[in-house]
Amino acid sequence: MKTVDARGLSCPEPIMLTDQALKESNEQVKVLVTEPHQKMNVEKLAKSKGLSYTSNETEDGFEVIIR
Amino acid sequence: MNMSSSKKWLALAGVLCGAIAAALAYFGNPANMAFCIACFIRDTAGALGLQTTATVQYARPEIIGLVLGAFAISVATKEYRSTAGSSPAIRFVLGIIIVIGSLVFLGCPLRMVIRMSAGDLNAWVALIGFAGGVATGVVALKKGFTLGRAHVTNRMAGGVLPVLMLGILALLIFVPSILKFSETGPGSMHAPLVLSLVGGLLFGAFAQKSRMCFAGSLRDVFLMKNFDLLCVIAGLFVVMLIYNIAMGNFKLAFDTPGVIAHSEHLWNILGMYTVGFAAVLAGGCPLRQLILAGQGSSDSAFTVAGMFIGAALAHNFGLAASATAVNAETGEVVAGAVPFYGKVAVIICIIACFIIAFGNKRSEGK
Repeated sequence: MKTVDARGLSCPEPIMLTDQALKESNEQVKVLVTEPHQKMNVEKLAKSKGLSYTSNETEDGFEVIIR
Repeated sequence: MNMSSSKKWLALAGVLCGAIAAALAYFGNPANMAFCIACFIRDTAGALGLQTTATVQYARPEIIGLVLGAFAISVATKEYRSTAGSSPAIRFVLGIIIVIGSLVFLGCPLRMVIRMSAGDLNAWVALIGFAGGVATGVVALKKGFTLGRAHVTNRMAGGVLPVLMLGILALLIFVPSILKFSETGPGSMHAPLVLSLVGGLLFGAFAQKSRMCFAGSLRDVFLMKNFDLLCVIAGLFVVMLIYNIAMGNFKLAFDTPGVIAHSEHLWNILGMYTVGFAAVLAGGCPLRQLILAGQGSSDSAFTVAGMFIGAALAHNFGLAASATAVNAETGEVVAGAVPFYGKVAVIICIIACFIIAFGNKRSEGK
């Protein structure tokens, strides 16, 4: 599984890094973010690409696993 | 209810914020300013004595309310996160740049949209510059621009700006004599304190939930063909358009005395180019910076501090543009203009934006 560590980055960097990771590989992508709105934006990106995702709260934010 | 989850809710948030801005204009705020973030930060800086232009001094409860509204709703909905450490000094400089660009155009992106809704063609011209600035910022993002990571810090740090805003509110209510108040000009025009404060609190709460951002809305369109945030702005624009037509304020023209605008097209474009560029680099427009600071970002609090200092510099150094006005004695229309130092400042700001945009790469920030 590929991991995108976007914790603490400003918008729209988490989305850009996630998009890049999804383009570069076909495996699962785990995205780590700090803010709730970033989690939602990553989920929206997955949805717009027709991909499934699961989200969990972590100690310092959220993780979204895509595919 | 999650306002950022569907276009319908996002548009509704814009409509509600537009209604608040229209109501505040109706109850006394300068008609075409209504809820301008840069203007109101400038007025508040004047009230604190940071700048001494007598016509623009008033501690605007709207600014206080925005920060406190965002703080309260983010705590209530568990979105408050105390974070810090993403190039605060650069963000401070970006705050200065954003306000200097705004005061050369005579308004922040929110006021640009409000002026557009009143038919002010200067604002439509400025939109070209704003979109160009956002597009330049997007190019920088694609090239790997970043200001680095913020880190979660102790909870109290994120509450500093809300507490400072509470302090200004306390001065305004209990010891107003310590503050400066304009007797004439835009600073003397304001809705009653309670209405302004409540309007600011509600606007702040809606803006926090909808992620309303004027730079972000265009940025997302350019970058990802995502129109979500643009729905918020469209909602606000439509309400203000209806209000302006209903009140007889809609005048499709360039020379509009009383609107607080000028028709120096190049500088309207370059002023808003600066704002759009710097706002994308800072991760949001002036409104969004206040909201992010309210929900715990110390980095955005630095941008807000920069905006206060930028407002002080713009007026103390004579960088801010003058507005087209009617000479009271002769009845002639006197065209507003951007002072020479204002033009120099905008060019310096644009150069600074390019240095920041292409000098901070993701590979360095890891």
